[in-house]
Amino acid sequence: MSNIAKAFANGKAFIPFITCGDPDIPTTEACIREMVRAGADLIELGIPFSDPTAEGPVIQGANIRALSGGVTTDKVFEMVIRLRADITVPMVFMTYANVVFSYGAEKFIGKCREIGIDGLILPDLPFEEKDEFLPLCRQNDVDLISLIAPTSDNRIAMIAKEAEGFIYLVSSLGVTGMRSQINTDLESIVKVIRANTKVPCAIGFGISTPEQAHKMAGISDGAIVGSAIIKILAEHGVSAPPLVGEYVKKMKDAVRR
Amino acid sequence: MTNQNGRFGIHGGQYIPETLMNAVIELENAYNHYKDDPDFNRELTDLFNDYAGRPSRLYFAKKMTEDLGDAKIYLKREDLNHTGSHKINNVLGQALLAHKMGKTRLIAETGAGQHGVATATAATLFGMECVVFMGEEDTKRQALNVYRMKLLGATVVPVKTGTATLKDAVSEAMREWTSRISDTHYCLGSVMGPHPFPTIVRDFQAVISREIKSQMLEAEGRLPDAVLACVGGGSNAMGSFYNFIEDKNVRLIGCEAAGRGVDTFETAATIATGRLGIFHGMKSYFCQDKYGQIAPVYSISAGLDYPGIGPEHAWLHDIGRAEYVPVTDDEAVQAFEYLSRMEGIIPAIESAHAVAHAMKIAPKMDKDQIIVITISGRGDKDVAAIARYRGEDIYE
Repeated sequence: MSNIAKAFANGKAFIPFITCGDPDIPTTEACIREMVRAGADLIELGIPFSDPTAEGPVIQGANIRALSGGVTTDKVFEMVIRLRADITVPMVFMTYANVVFSYGAEKFIGKCREIGIDGLILPDLPFEEKDEFLPLCRQNDVDLISLIAPTSDNRIAMIAKEAEGFIYLVSSLGVTGMRSQINTDLESIVKVIRANTKVPCAIGFGISTPEQAHKMAGISDGAIVGSAIIKILAEHGVSAPPLVGEYVKKMKDAVRR
Repeated sequence: MTNQNGRFGIHGGQYIPETLMNAVIELENAYNHYKDDPDFNRELTDLFNDYAGRPSRLYFAKKMTEDLGDAKIYLKREDLNHTGSHKINNVLGQALLAHKMGKTRLIAETGAGQHGVATATAATLFGMECVVFMGEEDTKRQALNVYRMKLLGATVVPVKTGTATLKDAVSEAMREWTSRISDTHYCLGSVMGPHPFPTIVRDFQAVISREIKSQMLEAEGRLPDAVLACVGGGSNAMGSFYNFIEDKNVRLIGCEAAGRGVDTFETAATIATGRLGIFHGMKSYFCQDKYGQIAPVYSISAGLDYPGIGPEHAWLHDIGRAEYVPVTDDEAVQAFEYLSRMEGIIPAIESAHAVAHAMKIAPKMDKDQIIVITISGRGDKDVAAIARYRGEDIYE
C-alpha cells in the first residue's frame, strides 16, 4: 500500500492545506504538528509561487506573505526533513509547474523521495502535459496527483484511469476560496470516477464549514480544506497553530461523523 | 509551424488548470473548423478592410533614410489602424470566432491599454459584454486608454496583486475565465498563453507580414533585408515575421524592452535575461529567480512590461532564425522624439523600441539595403508619460 493509500484506509480522510512559510517556517512547522495531533489524514504543503493563477485572494495573500518572509524551496525541504523525524502522516507538495521545473525536475522529485514526500499536486499540469514530470515521479515513487474539475465531462474517465495516489476533485468553477454553497453535481462525477478507478477521490475548493466537509466526504473519500486554514493564519500569524489544531479537529470529527 | 501538441520546438504546450482544458479544446476545434472556411475569412477580411482600415500603409521614410544615411527605411503603419494599433487584427479575428462559437462575453488583459481598447471596440461591434483586466499601475500610466475602454462600454478591473502590471492582469483574466467559461471567451492579446492561443493570435496578426511582402514587392521589386518589431509577448513581431520565416535572407529582429538596462533588475528583456520556464500556460523563456519565482519586471512601456515571451519567438531564437536585442527606456524615448520630429509620426513607446534599434543598424548597412520597421501603434497614449519622463507635468 502506498503511503497515500494509508490516508484513506481508516475511513473518510480530512486533508488540510498550508502554505509553507506563511508567515514564517517555524509557524508552519508548529501548525503541521497541530494538524497531525488533531487527526489530519494527509497534509498538503504548499510551496509558494509568485503568481499562483489557480488561487483566490486568500491563498494568494499567503503566497505573498511567505515569499516576502524569505521562504525558498530549499527551506521547505529542510522543514520537511525535521518533521519526518517523527511524523509518518502522508504529505504531498502543492505548487506550480515552474517551481519544480526551475529547480530541476530530476533534483526536485529526487529530493521528494529522499525527504519522504509522497505526492505532488500541480494545478497547472493537466493530463496532456503530465509527461513533463510523470516518468521522474514514477522512478521516485512520488504520486503525481490528478485533478478533475466540474468542466471535465468527457475527460473524467481518461484522467481517472491513469490516476495515482488520490484524485483531487475540484468542487466548483473558479479559483480556491471559501464558498457559501457548492452547486456542482459532484455525485455524478464521483460515479464516473468510481467506474474507472479504485484510487480514492477527495473533494476540495470552497469547503470551510464542518457541514460542508461532512457532506463532501459523504459523497467521496475525503475533504480538502485550504483557504479556511490560511484565513486563521492571516488573522493570527505566529499565534495561529493551536487555533489551526482546533479547527482541524472539528473538521476531522465532521468527516468521520 | 505549430506541431500537433501546440509546440514550437520544446516551447508552448498547455500548462493550465484542468478546469480550462475543455475550453481550450473547444476553442481549438472551433478555430480549426473556421480558419479555412471561406465565409469566415470573407467576413474577417471585410472587417479588416472596412472597419479597421486595412491594408495598413507601407511608408517610405525618406527623411529618416536621408538623415541616418545608408539603408532605406520603410514603416509599416499599424498605428493607422482603427483603435490605433495592430491589436485590432487579432481582436476582430477572435471576436468573430467567439461570436460564431455562441459566446456573449469577452474578457481580456491589457498592459498599455491598446489590446483592452481593441477588445472593448470589437465587443461593442458584436454586441458582446466586455471586461478588461489591467494592472493598477498601468491604469495610472495609461489613464487615457482606461477612459476610452469605459467610453466603449467595457468594465475595467484594476488588478492590485503582484506588481500590478501586465503579468498580473493576465493571471487575473485566467482566474476569471476559470470561474465563467460557458458564455465567456478569453480574448488573449498576444502570441502567448496555452495552445491554441499562440497559433490563433499569430495567424490573425500574420496579415502584417503578408501585406509587407506584397507592398514591398510592389515598391521595390524585392524583399526587405531586415524586418524590425518590438517584442513584449510578441504579437506584432510575430505578425511582422511570420510570412518571412522561410525567406532566409530577410533578417528578423525583435526589440525587447531593456528598461534601465539588462544589467539592472529594472528590465523586461526576456531573451537577454530570462531562462526556460513554465508560466501562463506555456513553456518558454521567463525572467525569474533561481527558485522559479517570476521576476517583477520593468519597462517605461506598459505594453512590453511582461516577464515572458511567446513560445514561437522562443523557438525562432533557439534555431537562430530571429535575433532579439534589448533597447533601453532612454533609447526608446529618444527614438519616440526622433520619429515625431523627423517624419511627423508619433509612435507608441512600444514601437519606439524598434525604431531605436533601426537607428543603430541603419548607418551600418549598405545604401541598397532595405529595413522595414513595424510601427505597431500610435503614441498619443504615451504623450503625457513622455512629458513626465522629460520633467514636464501636463494634464492628459
